[in-house]
Amino acid sequence: MCLGIPGQVVDITDPDAYLAKVDVNGVKRAISVRLLTDSGIDIGDWVLVHVGFALAKIDEREATATLDAVKRMGRAYTDELDAFRSTGVG
Amino acid sequence: MKFADEFRDPAAARGLVKSITELAGNGEYKFMEVCGGHTHTIYRHGLEHLLPPAVELVHGPGCPVCVIPMGRVDDAIWLAGQPDVIFTTFGDMMRVPGSDGSLLEARARGCDVRFVYSPLDALKIAVDNPAKQVVYFAVGFETTAPSTAVTLARARQLGTANFSVFCNHVTIVPPIKAILDSPDLRLSGFIGPGHVSTVVGNRPYRFVPELYGKPIVVAGFEPLDILQSVYMLLAQLREGRCEVENQYSRVVRDEGNPAALALLAEVFELRSYFEWRGLGFISQSALKLNAAYAEFDAELRYSMPGLRVADPKACQCAEVLKGVIKPWECKVFGTACTPETPIGTCMVSPEGACAAYYNFGRLHRETAALVGQQRAAAHG
Repeated sequence: MCLGIPGQVVDITDPDAYLAKVDVNGVKRAISVRLLTDSGIDIGDWVLVHVGFALAKIDEREATATLDAVKRMGRAYTDELDAFRSTGVG
Repeated sequence: MKFADEFRDPAAARGLVKSITELAGNGEYKFMEVCGGHTHTIYRHGLEHLLPPAVELVHGPGCPVCVIPMGRVDDAIWLAGQPDVIFTTFGDMMRVPGSDGSLLEARARGCDVRFVYSPLDALKIAVDNPAKQVVYFAVGFETTAPSTAVTLARARQLGTANFSVFCNHVTIVPPIKAILDSPDLRLSGFIGPGHVSTVVGNRPYRFVPELYGKPIVVAGFEPLDILQSVYMLLAQLREGRCEVENQYSRVVRDEGNPAALALLAEVFELRSYFEWRGLGFISQSALKLNAAYAEFDAELRYSMPGLRVADPKACQCAEVLKGVIKPWECKVFGTACTPETPIGTCMVSPEGACAAYYNFGRLHRETAALVGQQRAAAHG
């Protein structure tokens, strides 16, 4: 089942529909930030991405560390990246 | 404790293992990691082999794919076979065997089964295919349920009548409680689920120390997160403390995600009971769409078979899910049951203990088998 992977917000694509574009290891896709309405989202924020949704905000410093560790997961990470690449929401 | 670069630092790992070994001493500690993602990390990095013999990690039922009973998989396949249905699902549900094949095999027979990364992708398919009925196979704990909730709220907003959800969301507290109530296990503490906790926070686990007297540490998913959590559990036990601690504090807040929790309340209600593979029927352990969203409930839109199907005789998933046996102790592990020809869900799901062990732990299989036999002999 779907990992939670760190991504960086690069654009707020549709604020009314709560869509933002995130960059996960170079792959940019739109995800929903509807679950982070309490804290709000800014370009440059790092978020935990799970099935096309931002679940929580993370420290950039800590997110880079997580991403490096996730890269070492090998197969599971590339599967998750492939799945993320396939999403066609926005 | 908040380390950044040290999460991957081998020197830090060695230091942690040394401290763990000292703290554990001659004791016998059994910690259960509930979450399938943790099981995966543990096997991927061989963490069980780093830990001293005094500390044993037991794998729990926190794999939402693994705990779906075969009857529900059959219902999913039935839905996929209905006229004009596009059945959408996460990848790891595709190969789970029902009584008569998997969703993948149903697709090979001509059913329109499509992989989706997100429930929003499933909704988009519905919007783009107004002449079809799109059903989304909703699977997962509280980590994933809010995403289904947002999707349903959006479907209502758009008026997407050809969209429905086959809801198999489960909640994390009841299986932890079932494990604690089970006479089969004597656990020393729990490594708590990291991503579920981003939604529910730390407070739901208070019953573990308060009612059962066991410590629980909510952990992240890197190897050092898990090692650090083991250390924190041992420290609690040695210091006579018993509480909920949050090792994954860079992402998990005590109160969780209030927006997500509010959405869950808006869309779902608790089923009075739900069947879990291995744990049987557990009350108030799963979600269904509430009355306000009934129009999107696939179980109301369709008359599904809804049969209860027992696991195959050879399958010991139940015992693996409860942590009673290890994957290599299952009689069909690696022989009749492999990732290519899975019998049970523990082998199909990437987070299942058996799949994780098969893919990452087999180099140590002989050693592990010996350890398993020794432990079995020691415990009679």
